[in-house]
Amino acid sequence: MSATMVPVTASPAYRLREYHAFESDGIRFLYLVPSGAIFGLDAIGQEIIDQFGGRDRAQGRTREELIEILGRSYTAREIQTALLELEQAEVIGRGDSISKPAKVPAGSFPLQRIVLNVTNQCNLACGYCYEYSDDKITNTEGKPKYMDNKIAESSIDLLIRESAARPSIHVTFFGGETLLNFPMLRATVDYAKRKAGEAGKTVEFSLTTNATLLTEQIVDFMAEHRIGVTVSLDGDRELNDRMRVFHDGRGSYDVIVPRVKMLLARHKTNSIGARVTLSAGVSHVRRIYQHLTQEVGFKAVGFSPATSNPDRLYHIGPQKMDSVLGGFEDLAFEYRDWAIAGKQHGFTNANDTLKDLHSGISKAYPCGAGLGLLGVGTAGNVSLCHRFVDSPVGKMGHVQNGGVDHHARNEFLETHNLSARTDCSTCWSRPTCAGGCYHEAFVHYGDTSAANLHYCDWIRGWNDLCLRVYGAISVHNPSFLKRFDEQ
Amino acid sequence: MNSMKAMNRKARKVEETVIAMTGEVQALQERGGEGKIYYPMGCTLNFTPGWEVDVSGGTAGLCQPVERDLFDCHLGCGWPAQVPDHLNNAPNWTDKCASAANDWREVDIVFP
Repeated sequence: MSATMVPVTASPAYRLREYHAFESDGIRFLYLVPSGAIFGLDAIGQEIIDQFGGRDRAQGRTREELIEILGRSYTAREIQTALLELEQAEVIGRGDSISKPAKVPAGSFPLQRIVLNVTNQCNLACGYCYEYSDDKITNTEGKPKYMDNKIAESSIDLLIRESAARPSIHVTFFGGETLLNFPMLRATVDYAKRKAGEAGKTVEFSLTTNATLLTEQIVDFMAEHRIGVTVSLDGDRELNDRMRVFHDGRGSYDVIVPRVKMLLARHKTNSIGARVTLSAGVSHVRRIYQHLTQEVGFKAVGFSPATSNPDRLYHIGPQKMDSVLGGFEDLAFEYRDWAIAGKQHGFTNANDTLKDLHSGISKAYPCGAGLGLLGVGTAGNVSLCHRFVDSPVGKMGHVQNGGVDHHARNEFLETHNLSARTDCSTCWSRPTCAGGCYHEAFVHYGDTSAANLHYCDWIRGWNDLCLRVYGAISVHNPSFLKRFDEQ
Repeated sequence: MNSMKAMNRKARKVEETVIAMTGEVQALQERGGEGKIYYPMGCTLNFTPGWEVDVSGGTAGLCQPVERDLFDCHLGCGWPAQVPDHLNNAPNWTDKCASAANDWREVDIVFP
């Protein structure tokens, strides 16, 4: 028998897997993709990562090589343990790393929230409104102007039915201008509380309003029923009145602000936030934030660029979006400084993103539309969300005739899963973005499943900024982050 | 962990898995280093009960998936759990298990 020489082979090479590296206050962090885990690198971790030659992730290193290179500073055992940790955490890998596509939820997902379009009428004529402007996708011809009580009750019944075993549900009132249909809203709140109680569930409420119709009676009702309120307001008089006008062109600021101050003084049982819509002429982020918090008194302000076709005059183009990101950075750094001092800042965009980053969310869908959330139009038509109510796409049944169309819903979920958005497959922001808003995609590309490529760079810039803020807070005041655990 | 520090909730979950997988036990791919005896992870010492499942609660991380191994390993060497006496006292205990990979749940529990 001849002796067989067993060739000594080196172990397979490690390669970097997917992550986004960022630095804050001298500490290096990794945001792992797609898991959404955030790790701070210790010394040995940093040195191992540095051996992989910068951006070229294809370059591999074997264990033996790494032990040789780092042998001066660390024992072989230390290096092996570190390599094992990094491999298990999926920072590095050997062989082909197959990224598992996000799973489609099986069957029907229990509903958590409905958004009721209590009316499609509005007493304002804001220039960018997605329900009224040239970009509108809704067609309200032939639909009732106001939702009637019976449709609202059927909607509540549908929500309770479809929520399966969920212990708590949520009803959001929307419009048009929501308060134009206050009597129905009031009756629906009572109905919902009664029916939810019978089903053993708790129900919470929220609404969005332009605040022009607020009265003390309405505010007291909201306070009594702990209704969360979002007020649409774009800043000081000059900025707000550029786009938020009455039908005769008059600005709305002077009508709104005294009523908002009354609301803030009188309603303390739930949050009251301002929602700013940014457009080409209204993008002064710091100025708007300052005014809404200091002059008007809001504790929470959120900003959103108007959804619009790029041809519109009020559309925010790429250059202006850069300056918006600069404005957001300014506020985010202030958020960071406040957080390090233990104070809650009112910039909700940052707060919400940091909450997502803290939990390590890894989304298969950009939002809950069609999943845990559905919209209902004035005639009772169920849709993907409030932006698709009475529009040609996203139809999901009717509250009285047939209920939720589960077939349409499942089909939507299957075709809009992140794994179907191939443009997103290599983007490091996909755990929190997942392709972006369906309505934005439809307005821009005519296809709800299109990735929102027009704001990809912006989103990555924003997420990188928020990661750096997160890193700084985790270094200087990690106890601040505990509030995100409780929510 | 020595190389990284978990910062967010997801990282802490990942860390739990990492610590469970590393610790003092060498993973299956690693031969024992520096004088340590090589114990493939997921396999128990002979006659030591309690390793029926791997750290994630399944069987895929065991020495061989148990459903493939049922009729091999417990005769040849030591199997992660005690098995009934196939010859004398419990000859029927796998009668309902035509295909181990599919029917392993049908294997009888036998009380001595």
